[in-house]
Amino acid sequence: MIRPLEHILIPLGLIAVGGLLGWSFFLAVTGEAGDRLASVALARVPDSGVSNPVTSVLLNFRAYDTLLELAVLLSALLGIWSLGAAGSGFQPAASILDGMVAGFVPLLILSAGYMLWVGAYAPGGAFQAGALLGAAGVMLALAGHRNAGLPCESRLRLLVALGVFVFTMTGLLLMVLGNGFLTYPPGLAKWLILIIETAATLAIGATLAAAYLGGRPAAHPTTGETA
Amino acid sequence: MTDQLLYAQLLYGGSGIILVLLGLWSFLVHAPLLRKLIAINVMGAGVFLILVAIAYRGIDTAPDPIPHALVLTGIVVAVSATALALAFGKRLDQDADPE
Repeated sequence: MIRPLEHILIPLGLIAVGGLLGWSFFLAVTGEAGDRLASVALARVPDSGVSNPVTSVLLNFRAYDTLLELAVLLSALLGIWSLGAAGSGFQPAASILDGMVAGFVPLLILSAGYMLWVGAYAPGGAFQAGALLGAAGVMLALAGHRNAGLPCESRLRLLVALGVFVFTMTGLLLMVLGNGFLTYPPGLAKWLILIIETAATLAIGATLAAAYLGGRPAAHPTTGETA
Repeated sequence: MTDQLLYAQLLYGGSGIILVLLGLWSFLVHAPLLRKLIAINVMGAGVFLILVAIAYRGIDTAPDPIPHALVLTGIVVAVSATALALAFGKRLDQDADPE
């Protein structure tokens, strides 16, 4: 049986969309677009306080994007929390898995710190470091730690809002001091970016781990802890 | 622009476009929420691949940092949207058959 929508219209539409995408991609790659944004951005990297071009775009030239990105993460977590409490979690892990997790989690936290620091001049940065922290939380949750190593709810709320809070406060402070919103003065840029990235890393890690729990954390975080 | 650079870009960009189309097809045709969610993520991966292909400037020049920053932004938004949708789906399942 041939259903016209599924077997004719959708494939034809997909071929059309594919052709359009392919054509515009070909034009974008081969066409001479004049002055590209890349050369402007790469030329200004030495002024940005960090030497990694991607970090300088994320945290300096387009810091608005990154701030709103953190807001997206936060609002997704608030949406998840509004659906109710988290489930009862996993069984406590057997001793071998638990020992492995106990070894891996500190390593993940250490690598997160390294990622955060290296982001200034090589690939890395707040999001990669936050993802590693989130992975540590997911690992703990899978091994039966009920709250994935996260603190109690009132502190967790402060922690997940930290990134947006520090980012916005830095911007507002710079505005009060006479610069634009998130326009860093050249000498301070490096340290401001490091402060923002540290806060963002903690917030991203906590948000990802909390989102994995799938609901508001339990009131008694000690349940399921082995220590 | 050398031919080799162009081929590499078209290979990566073409794979990205194919991923976008596969995801779009799966999103339109399959009803279950989980399949739609995976389809959206496959589409997202295709978009990231296209952006990375556009950013490529050959082996000895620095890549365009702006599409790379956009990909990082996109990954975060995709993760947030997926987590929120999974939580919605779980809640819908709970409400559909209360224990």
